[in-house]
Amino acid sequence: MGKTISEKILSRASGEDAYAGDIIVAEVYAAMAHDGTALLAIEAFEEMRGEKLWNPSRVFLVLDHVAPSATEAFSKVHKRMRDFALEQRANFYEVGSGICHQLMVESGYVQPGRIVVGADSHTCTYGALGAFATGIGSTEMAAVFMSGKLWFKVPETMRVIWQGSLPYMVTPKDVILKTVGTVKADGATYQAIEFRGSTVDEMSVDGRLTLCNMAVEMGAKTGIIEPDRSTVEYLDSHGLKPEKPIVGDHDAQYAQTVTFNASELQPQVAYPHQVENAKPVSSVEGLEVDQVFLGSCTNGRIEDLRVAAEILKGRKVEKGVRMIVIPASRRVYLQALKERLIEAFVESDSTVCNPGCGPCVGAHQGILAPGEVCVSTSNRNFRGRMGSMEAEIYLVSPATAAATAINGEITDPRRLRIR
Amino acid sequence: MTRLIEGRVWKLGDDVNTDLIIPGKYKLNITNLDELSKHAMEGVDPNFADKFRSGDLIVAGKNFGCGSSREQAPLVLKHIGVSTIIARSFARIFYRNAINLGLPVVECKNVDKISDQDLLRVDLEAGVIKNLTKEDTYRIKSFPTELWQILYEGGLVEYVKKYGRLPW
Repeated sequence: MGKTISEKILSRASGEDAYAGDIIVAEVYAAMAHDGTALLAIEAFEEMRGEKLWNPSRVFLVLDHVAPSATEAFSKVHKRMRDFALEQRANFYEVGSGICHQLMVESGYVQPGRIVVGADSHTCTYGALGAFATGIGSTEMAAVFMSGKLWFKVPETMRVIWQGSLPYMVTPKDVILKTVGTVKADGATYQAIEFRGSTVDEMSVDGRLTLCNMAVEMGAKTGIIEPDRSTVEYLDSHGLKPEKPIVGDHDAQYAQTVTFNASELQPQVAYPHQVENAKPVSSVEGLEVDQVFLGSCTNGRIEDLRVAAEILKGRKVEKGVRMIVIPASRRVYLQALKERLIEAFVESDSTVCNPGCGPCVGAHQGILAPGEVCVSTSNRNFRGRMGSMEAEIYLVSPATAAATAINGEITDPRRLRIR
Repeated sequence: MTRLIEGRVWKLGDDVNTDLIIPGKYKLNITNLDELSKHAMEGVDPNFADKFRSGDLIVAGKNFGCGSSREQAPLVLKHIGVSTIIARSFARIFYRNAINLGLPVVECKNVDKISDQDLLRVDLEAGVIKNLTKEDTYRIKSFPTELWQILYEGGLVEYVKKYGRLPW
């Protein structure tokens, strides 16, 4: 019987002939924890009498969730991580480097066929490069720190197929919001989601990262896309030579298949307080907003900034609206400076913050007050996520976010004609 | 960990996510577990942690614990004394985290038959829930044997302390 890409990767890393449903122990290639999860992992590592990391060069510790630190308590967390990383000689990303997931993708350690785990649910992002990547908890991360191994239940696979070209101002974010709205919040629990079809083939790696990032919003263990020429070109542009990629067999077994037509897709918005509440932007146009956030591990990459800057260039953010722009990494930030995108944002009266997670987790850089409405390009709109329990978060694409910032109300970006 | 658990039910709905269990704004700014646990389930009921009686159980619908990988979510629930969480289904990272912390999480198809404040007796080993209020019995979905021992020892850290090695 043929195997899916996930079954093949897990078979290779475990040395077993693994199929969906099997429980296997696999070697992981790299492991990541950030300032929201690393402290518990370090404490568990020490409690389990861990002395040395299994392989310091494969462990990544990132300060991104509240960076620079906003409180003395959190500064202590940063200090503890800094000390641990130094003592253990692990890879360490200081405040301002960027969001853990973007840094992992840029690091060269995420490559087709490898298993990468992260103490963050959005670790599934890396599947865009054909890796098998999944989020784990802090105690499990401590076990990985010690051994470089972890048990996995080999997941069944759901195929999500998108065919056709994306219309004007319709982006990968709209693709994934529509997908979550259809599959629902638990529609892929414990499964791997394989994104396929001509829409995905034509999509850049930046766009594919947006798709895989939100696989977990459907309960999936990972999102994954078979590596192709775009994958190789992307790795090449980062100075990396990929190993021979692993792809699935033609006769692999799939648990379910969902098919969509991209040419009919409209810009999407996920209403509060569930990601699965996806509807066309046109259904909520005109709703006044207080804050717009462009950034996060979903939409803080260079292509996202380009789309938004093109819309904002020469225009002003509506009075009374706070537009917050946060590049996903220092590399993205520098590229945006070179392309004068940052200049366009600042001239439009947007606030550009340092690379990091920003207000997405509700800890700094744009916490919402009761009654406020925020339009965000991030991945979760749960009640209370970005601050007050009485605030509302609408998830959109970078194009919709920029158009909304200009009008001060939710706006379909197709209505703003670009010069 | 005891294999027989008895307590009153605190009934919750579907898709109880990790931001409702413990919002990021607290998780990232409070590192003291006693302080952090005061905010447990605040998104569902602002006084949940005050009202909850240690030893009681949570019964919920589908997709319990969806969202973030934050281990603080099962950690604060364990800390306020949640003895077991029974749900129609769990999000996978929450499920693994709970077991690694020694907090029993069991899937049961009959959660709709259980009401708030019912008295339940859960026998994890036999895989049976007895509803003492309604005089009814429900089956628990069988538990992967690989995980049973981690749970039985009170979590992964306790397991490693006892045996001096990882279970895998």
